[in-house]
Amino acid sequence: MKPARWVEVDQCAHISVTQLPDVARRVRHHVLSMIHASGAGHPGGSLSCVEILVTLYFREMRVSPAEPRWPDRDRFVLSKGHASAALYSVLAERGFFPVDELLTFDAIDSRLQGHVDMTKTPGVDMSTGSLGQGLSAACGMALGAKIDRRGFRVYCLLGDGETQEGQVWEAAMFAGNRGLDNLTAIVDYNKVQLCGPVAQVMPLEPYTDKWRSFGWSVVEVDGHDFEQLISGFNRARETRGAPTVIVAHTVKGKGVSFMEGQAKWHARPIGDEDFELAMEEVGFFQAPRGSVPNPAMQGAGGGKG
Amino acid sequence: MSIGVRESVRDAFGNALVELGKEDERVIVLDADLAESTRSGKFAKEFPNRFIECGIAEQNMVGVAAGLASVGFVPFVTTFCVFASKRVCDQVSISVAYPRLNVKVCGAYTGLFTGKTGATHQAIEDLALMRAIPNMTVIEPIDAREAALAVKYAAHTPGPMYLRIARDAYPVLSRSTNGRGETEATGTEHASDFDGIPEFMKARTLTEGDDVAIVALGTMVHTALAAREALREKGVSARVVAVSCLKPIDEAGIIRAAAETGAVVTVENHSIIGGLGGACAEVLGEKCPVTLRRVGIRDVFGESGADADLARKYGLASDHVVQVCLDALAVKSRGGGGSGFQRLARAGVGRCGL
Repeated sequence: MKPARWVEVDQCAHISVTQLPDVARRVRHHVLSMIHASGAGHPGGSLSCVEILVTLYFREMRVSPAEPRWPDRDRFVLSKGHASAALYSVLAERGFFPVDELLTFDAIDSRLQGHVDMTKTPGVDMSTGSLGQGLSAACGMALGAKIDRRGFRVYCLLGDGETQEGQVWEAAMFAGNRGLDNLTAIVDYNKVQLCGPVAQVMPLEPYTDKWRSFGWSVVEVDGHDFEQLISGFNRARETRGAPTVIVAHTVKGKGVSFMEGQAKWHARPIGDEDFELAMEEVGFFQAPRGSVPNPAMQGAGGGKG
Repeated sequence: MSIGVRESVRDAFGNALVELGKEDERVIVLDADLAESTRSGKFAKEFPNRFIECGIAEQNMVGVAAGLASVGFVPFVTTFCVFASKRVCDQVSISVAYPRLNVKVCGAYTGLFTGKTGATHQAIEDLALMRAIPNMTVIEPIDAREAALAVKYAAHTPGPMYLRIARDAYPVLSRSTNGRGETEATGTEHASDFDGIPEFMKARTLTEGDDVAIVALGTMVHTALAAREALREKGVSARVVAVSCLKPIDEAGIIRAAAETGAVVTVENHSIIGGLGGACAEVLGEKCPVTLRRVGIRDVFGESGADADLARKYGLASDHVVQVCLDALAVKSRGGGGSGFQRLARAGVGRCGL
């Protein structure tokens, strides 16, 4: 039975699966615009997790944009805090703050920090950026829900390279031993990290075996396929007595041909030409440049003029 | 608990956690396989459902505490000081202090005095590390009673906090508000409801004196008091100032002691770099430069040994404090170390920001 409180909040976006690709396209557009405008950011790992975040915020999680700190909301921890542009875009699309604000990304005094900050951005549940720490916090949230017998669920998105951090496996051991079945980890398995392919820098395979051995239920999905993601989250919700990890196979820089699978697009600014090309490729239907004030560019122009 | 009787600081800490657990069901205690040593095991026995054994995985423990705090709990993370600081410095900084989460990081076994464990378990950098992290409050109680108060204060004061809890028993110096007047007022007074800032957050003058101020952190006040007695026999009037809250440090209290005596000797069970000596050097260097000497571990790792032997070898014994005070006095009387500033201060010129 749902508590009466639920009727008052916009707990679920209720949009159909067929509408999700459009949201994802808008999110990719925002991600590229933000990184282009700020002259900094992480395009590769932001574009790879777009479908995961859109599924979470538009289908899976119970959240309230009007009341971001609603106590019974589901929690999300972006452990790969450098994918901030993607999370901010999804939060803005979901109504946590104006879409216009996205172009303040990374600028001084902005609520949208380079890595996510829960004290600044409405809808951000945990500050992250130093890799490997998010899953532990998610464990604490899920454990808190268990101790309090509250119904909220906790989701944590990790980068594949990030799981090279030892703390991730401390957290995996903890969650497995505690049987935190209200916790779902999602690994954005895009197989490329800053300095090259994960398989070269520090290989993770056999990857799903690692999670299973720590007591996790494992689901493997195509991380760009909404149907598969939705069914993965369904399975996680139905699993009792163990946390679930969704190993989402993705493509770094997804949607932009010259960024796909390229380590060099992990963290780098997007120049004007690349931006034009990328925007065409992600298939947005109207040119957005100039439609939204760009404080970073205005500041630079003003100084020179 | 009467004043002067030796009481175990860590037992008081553990008992205070239990008291807190009875009052506030939001309090959760986490430990990393050291609950018997830290005395958080007392809480574990009383409240098994609110005690989280994290295993030997401190980084995760701090993160779990951050998550628990974010959903409304008041987590006390307990382990040895070395692990509560160095081992998890980034986790405390990014998962706790940066988002200002209500996590109380509690380190047990302070400085060199860790029960013959040697350098690996001696916490000589923890204060420097914790003090450098924004949003952190750093407290080292002077005795068992103050440890209990500090636990209560931590629970009633939102935000990240580092509590540095000594392993051993020390004479109880602090007194409670009810006072009952049975002993001299030597230490802490506090507001029992913690609506206000308790007295131990200030630099407190335990004994008056004009020649030199011995500013001591936490349980090192006991060493400072012993040194003061020895100095008195030599005809030197030393003031003992107790500091329990290293950050935010009571600048006015430190400056007052410096201005009124013209010479400050800091005493701490920690490296001379970045702890109390560092903090006082920062304050006095900017606002009231007087003769300053730091007693502490002089930028070396320690070794195994009995506490008294370690104190003697590494310069933390009261005899050493006496020598340093005499040295500081000699410098002061020559007018060195402060460009004559301290003489102006002593003459009541009031140039020290008071």
